[in-house]
Amino acid sequence: MTETDDYEHYEAVVVGAGPGGAAAAAVLAQQGVETLVLERGVDAGSKNVSGGLLFAEESAPYTLDDLFPDFREEATERPVTESYMHNVAGDQVHTIDLEDVHEAGVEYCDSVLRRKMDSWLADQVHELARETGGGLLTEVRANGLLRENGEIVGVTCDELDPIRADVVIAADGVNSELARDAGMMNWDEPDDYFQGVKAVVDMPEGAIEERFDVDDGEGASHLFAGDLFDGVRGGGFLYTNDDTLSIGTVFHLDSIADERAEPQQLLDGLLTHPLLAQWLGDDYEELEYSAKLVPDSKKVAHPSPHQGRLLLVGDAAGQMQAQGPIIKGMNHAVSAGALAAEAFVDSRTRGTSSAGDLYEQKLRSEGVMDDLRPARYRASRAVTESDAVSGFTDALVDSFVGRAGVSLLGGTVESLFNSQFLLGMIPDTKTSYVTIPQVLGEELGEPIEGGPSQVEPPDLADRIGDLTYNTDVGNPHIEVLDESYDASGTAVTACPVSAEDFGGGCYRSETVERDGTEERVVSLDTQPCVECGTCAVVADTDWEHPRGGKGVEYEQG
Amino acid sequence: MHCVTLTKGVPDFREGQVSFDEDGHLERGDTPTVMNPNDEPALRAALQTKIRNGGTTSVMSMGPPGYGDVLREAMESVYADDLYLLSDREMAAADTWATAITVATGLKRLEPDLVFAGFKTADGETGHTGPQTAWCLDWPLVTHVVALDVDADEGVLRAKRLVEGDVDEIETVEAPLPAFVVADPEFDPSYRKAAHRLKHKDLREETRARAQNHEDHLTVWDHEDLNLDPDFIGLDGSPTIVEGVDPIPRAPAERDATMVDPSDEDAMGDVVEELTQYAGGD
Ligand SMILES: Cc1cc2nc3c(=O)[nH]c(=O)nc-3n(C[C@H](O)[C@H](O)[C@H](O)COP(=O)(O)OP(=O)(O)OC[C@H]3O[C@@H](n4cnc5c(N)ncnc54)[C@H](O)[C@@H]3O)c2cc1C
Ligand code: SF4
Repeated sequence: MTETDDYEHYEAVVVGAGPGGAAAAAVLAQQGVETLVLERGVDAGSKNVSGGLLFAEESAPYTLDDLFPDFREEATERPVTESYMHNVAGDQVHTIDLEDVHEAGVEYCDSVLRRKMDSWLADQVHELARETGGGLLTEVRANGLLRENGEIVGVTCDELDPIRADVVIAADGVNSELARDAGMMNWDEPDDYFQGVKAVVDMPEGAIEERFDVDDGEGASHLFAGDLFDGVRGGGFLYTNDDTLSIGTVFHLDSIADERAEPQQLLDGLLTHPLLAQWLGDDYEELEYSAKLVPDSKKVAHPSPHQGRLLLVGDAAGQMQAQGPIIKGMNHAVSAGALAAEAFVDSRTRGTSSAGDLYEQKLRSEGVMDDLRPARYRASRAVTESDAVSGFTDALVDSFVGRAGVSLLGGTVESLFNSQFLLGMIPDTKTSYVTIPQVLGEELGEPIEGGPSQVEPPDLADRIGDLTYNTDVGNPHIEVLDESYDASGTAVTACPVSAEDFGGGCYRSETVERDGTEERVVSLDTQPCVECGTCAVVADTDWEHPRGGKGVEYEQG
Repeated sequence: MHCVTLTKGVPDFREGQVSFDEDGHLERGDTPTVMNPNDEPALRAALQTKIRNGGTTSVMSMGPPGYGDVLREAMESVYADDLYLLSDREMAAADTWATAITVATGLKRLEPDLVFAGFKTADGETGHTGPQTAWCLDWPLVTHVVALDVDADEGVLRAKRLVEGDVDEIETVEAPLPAFVVADPEFDPSYRKAAHRLKHKDLREETRARAQNHEDHLTVWDHEDLNLDPDFIGLDGSPTIVEGVDPIPRAPAERDATMVDPSDEDAMGDVVEELTQYAGGD
């Protein structure tokens, strides 16, 4: 560390200690770059949620176990060796073995829980970075970019004086405040995002092996689509951890908003579905409820994710790939983080191109960009996602002709779903998420065995009550700018810890009298907020993350 | 910069730990000894100085040989480099005056730049020992400190101190080093540099290992080591005479409470009526 005009200087500042930040910092530190990592959580991972499948792709330029020896032994849950897709229609289900697509080009796929994984990574990163004179600090929130003569020269923080850096790697996740400060991400369009909601469920010893028919040290993935989500576009997942299950839903945020869907109810719909009874058993014990937005790379992966000294990686750059029902964000964040670090090191030694330009080149030459914004999707989207066309295909699949077609396909359905090519092309319409799975379930499905579900998920008040918060009393991190129901009312339903007719959540709607007329408005209490980012997009707010160490603290993640 | 923090073992007054006999007297034998909780702000202030200004930090205490755990606890919270225990029979049963003389003598040996003390002990509650020690040393004394900045180059400290306990009146004072600082419970350490926080992390790791074998870092001095005359320390050197100790009786409740059901409109009306007579502000 050197000091100029009282500001500290580090060669590299990495904001965020998720997989993207950890990978970037590891590569920087291994190359001897003095690296400071800033993480706002009390512990890395305490703010983070993922469904939990970490893919190590053969084509990936970097994977976490390349960068961190012992990663898989120390930080992941189970290698997931089996994968199924369940298309549900009423009391029928048609199950497809996704083995081919799950394994295609994949070296391994492990289930992970983020608190354990990220905090382990952070310890390794701190040790590596300390050698360079830097290190990793938790409970520090970067709140913006430090500029000089209009150029980005570092970061500003709530807890620290401004810090200068030769490169700033923003790995601060989906609601990146640094990307927003740079004007590189706007948080306006719900259809740029998915919303993920998850429950981590306790499993008695031996239950996973028995109920999922897997060996000790092996795991399974089950995906769900069809008519179990009231027509909201999206699907469900269930992954096995060491001794817990991660069960969740991922929906298009625009669909959640338009349908006025209650995310926790959609999750409950999955948890209490008779199909899941075989795995959940009679004693349902939920350890943690969590939620977070996920960007849709097909729409928002930044084609040129850098500006001056600022390089965006991972979710902050929109690099989150939803390949149909299979979600790949962590692996791309790792690749991008490491490539950004590599680019900075290269630009320093060569001195010809900027780190940003080199980073952009590397994203392309390493094929990361192709995964994130497949040309096939871009070409087909224009046609398939327009309302007229999707309405037509929806009706067609659902029609007698379409149904006959689906039935005739029979076993071929499986190979279609197992096609990487096709998955990349899947349009984000109701047809692909709801109608096709539902028709498959109806036409080819078999009755779901077993009785009704005994699962009784906790209500929202209990879910909030079970979470740990360090509330920043008197210092709310979100402010509603327009409290009219028209502008911000969607948050009452779309917020995963709020609901209409529930007074204990973040958003509430109420009718007030103003100047003799009745008005419907929303009010906000950020105390139960899980910082998912939804209301930054669906409501008119001034949205920030809480200060370092404040807010929700996930134990599982 | 060499800082010394003074600390003391006190009975653990927390619910479930402390025990009293029938007459309300403390049962010393059944009550564990812990580090005086009011010393924590002093430890925080010393740690801040060590981290921001570098140098070493020692912890000093006067007490029986069994204070090892208290000193270990202090070592962990201030990431102390070494520990000093002033201990022998002649020092026992000292009042604050005799304690101050003993501790000041020990401090002179170490020649520190700064000494930190808590604002009072949880048992005696006099708040005298710190100031009396400063007086013995003839050093500037800064009390009720809530924020501290040490300027080693200029050889001064600048402190923000509470002027009156519960009023938000704060004054900034400057004092030459060496100086004696009594930290207020409101003391808030400030680490606005990443480098300071990184060092904090390093020290935490280092100290954790050191505190495991804290005896290796402990120096015990008796009155002979300090060249102190037994007549002036311990019980013999204590001018304070404790005439007796009276347990404070629980204050009897003077008023009767009347329970009111909030859905009972009549009863609520009575409450409002009852309160309106005070509403005028008199
Ligand atoms: C329900 C759900 C299911 C998912 N399933 C999968 C899956 O199965 N497989 C998969 O690969 N991906 C999945 N994802 C996506 C995946 O979680 C993300 O793509 C991935 O975490 C992105 O990594 P990142 O490093 O870019 O950001 P993050 O992991 O979000 O990390 C960002 C870090 O930055 C910190 N931070 C944020 N702002 C600041 C600030 N201002 N100052 C300091 N620190 C800050 C945060 O605390 C956090 O630690 C899922 C996501 C969700 C929500
Ligand atoms: S208040 Fe906003 S950010 Fe917080 S949980 Fe609700 S929707 Fe998410």
